[in-house]
Amino acid sequence: MQKKVIFKGAVLPYLLLAPQLLITGIFFFWPAGQAIYQSFLREDAFGLSVEFVGFENFLDVVRDQTWLDSAGRTLLFSGSVAVLALGSALFLAVQADKHIRGADVYKTLLIWPYAVAPAIAAVLWLFMFHPNIGLFGRMLNGLGIPWDYRLNGNQAMLMVIMASAWKQVSYNFIFFLAGLQSIPRAVLEAAAIDGAKPARRFWTIIFPLLSPTAFFLLVVNLVYAFFDTFGVIHSLTHGGPGKATETLIYRVYTDGVINLNLGSSSAQSVILMLLVVALTVIQFRYVERKVHY
Amino acid sequence: MATLTLRDIKKSFGATHVLHGVDLDVTDGEMIVIVGASGCGKSTLLRIVAGLETETSGEVLIAGQSMKGLEPADRDVAMVFQNYALYPHMSVFQNMAYGLKIRGLPKDQIQHRVDEAAGLLGIGHLLQRKPRELSGGQRQRVAMGRAIVREPKLFLFDEPLSNLDAKLRVELRAEIRRLQRRLGVTSLFVTHDQVEAMTLGDRLVVMNAGRAAQIATPMEIWERPADTYVAGFIGSPSMNLLHATLEAGGAAAILDAGGLRLPFADGPRAGAAGRKLIIGIRPEHLRPGQGGLDVMVELVEPLGGESVLHGKLADGTPLTARLPGARYEDGATQLALPTESLHVFDGETGKRIEAGG
Ligand SMILES: Nc1ncnc2c1ncn2[C@@H]1O[C@H](COP(=O)(O)OP(=O)(O)O)[C@@H](O)[C@H]1O
Ligand SMILES: [Mg+2]
Repeated sequence: MQKKVIFKGAVLPYLLLAPQLLITGIFFFWPAGQAIYQSFLREDAFGLSVEFVGFENFLDVVRDQTWLDSAGRTLLFSGSVAVLALGSALFLAVQADKHIRGADVYKTLLIWPYAVAPAIAAVLWLFMFHPNIGLFGRMLNGLGIPWDYRLNGNQAMLMVIMASAWKQVSYNFIFFLAGLQSIPRAVLEAAAIDGAKPARRFWTIIFPLLSPTAFFLLVVNLVYAFFDTFGVIHSLTHGGPGKATETLIYRVYTDGVINLNLGSSSAQSVILMLLVVALTVIQFRYVERKVHY
Repeated sequence: MATLTLRDIKKSFGATHVLHGVDLDVTDGEMIVIVGASGCGKSTLLRIVAGLETETSGEVLIAGQSMKGLEPADRDVAMVFQNYALYPHMSVFQNMAYGLKIRGLPKDQIQHRVDEAAGLLGIGHLLQRKPRELSGGQRQRVAMGRAIVREPKLFLFDEPLSNLDAKLRVELRAEIRRLQRRLGVTSLFVTHDQVEAMTLGDRLVVMNAGRAAQIATPMEIWERPADTYVAGFIGSPSMNLLHATLEAGGAAAILDAGGLRLPFADGPRAGAAGRKLIIGIRPEHLRPGQGGLDVMVELVEPLGGESVLHGKLADGTPLTARLPGARYEDGATQLALPTESLHVFDGETGKRIEAGG
């Protein structure tokens, strides 16, 4: 379905595109250009002198053991967020796809977390898991399980993973539900008549037919975990305790805004940018090829 | 291979009553065609047999065994759907092998059965293709193959030919009939197409609004339709149904339109003079001739060897006639009604009235 409108002259089309181009330019290309430009410079802490250093900032970054640790942590964090968010969303979507009473209410409620700002989501989790004022935090301590994510790095990581995944479940849920509903009912009925019980139907019919959706969501979730979880981490743990929850994006912030090491911070952003570009390319390649029907 | 028995099957979706008690006995190897207008409950009945819907009351027995509470997987039936319902991510071979794999058949046997079925259906060269790479006719063949390899007790077909073009439909229809005879599997075939029903079925179930209006062989239904619904549904063009009243003594009917007297060739009907009747006459039984019905012909459809005439009686009742030859014109004409080909129905209930009844 393509509708083509032919304009006379070039002025009107450019005029119509201008707002979009302007926004993209100001809020994306300009800062991105700045980051790339800065990543080749080294500035002293007071901003008095600037020198061009080529790829030295990049080399410093990838040679820095703490950055590599942070990268490893980010992989663990992003992988866990993606698996948790995808897994629970798929489970919930399968439940919602069944014809149950109150399904509409259930679907609406599941979509709400997506509308919650990261800071508010963090506060919500804080109210649940704070060791002194949180409902579950106090319960855990009451049961004799020492729980304090402000002191225990693993617990802190668990907290930010759960809070980040929770925010992404709604988004995944919507896509999974749409994917499930696009599977013709007769196909599943045919499988049932062929002798497949529900679990087998899920793994041999539903899951393969959902795999393009799942792959698309995997990339979206990874990108989300890499970049969009700054707010959650910042509100919950500030990257701590120690560096226990310092992911790459959080480190860009610490190095650039707190430590004012603009050259290194920019180099790190550029590396992250390249990562997103790579993920997006893979996604488009794969999704285009792997669609049934 | 098995018998199938339906006992007083009723089905409601909430407050909507869809089936009002259907009884049916199917013998081993028989092909039963369930035919009726869209929305009369054919698919629902079939899906109850398959176990995809649960009957509100009544009982389904396959090979004498009650299917109460049994999942589709445990009924040993195979079904062919209107939209093929192939597994889109599997090759043709995998589609056909799916049910056998679940049953844990050894690999070589699966291979053998699939090859055999594919040979029967002429789809041997398509085994490695995905469903999206097949035409509609090929897809439906694969769907039939998937049913055949299972060697089930029962084949269920839900309008499997409705999505195909006319030529292919006729071809596949004959093929289904041949296969069903050869394999001898008891089958239920649902269609809204009366030609399909007449040509395929050992017996037909003509359904009307959730009831079985008549269960009989195609010829019985054509020759002695049980009521005006069946009479109008089976046969093309439809049977003409004309209002009339019973003559005193019951030996003849008087047509409301024009007052023509039609003596019953097979004997008198019971009832008081003036009993309301409906007289049925098939379009192909009308003949050009004097002393018959006065018809105003409005449209002639020449079909080559014969013509279909659409016209009206004096009181505006529409009438259709199928006559040999092609030399007919619009305008007033007379058509004779051979009295031995008349069908007599009750004017109120629409039920057939036999001689003496
Ligand atoms: N799941 C359902 N829920 C509610 N009504 C249904 C359902 N399935 C079928 N019906 C209704 O039952 C009637 C018969 O449907 P169906 O058996 O599909 O008819 P047919 O196959 O003869 O065209 C229709 O009026 C349809 O709307
Ligand atoms: Mg139907």
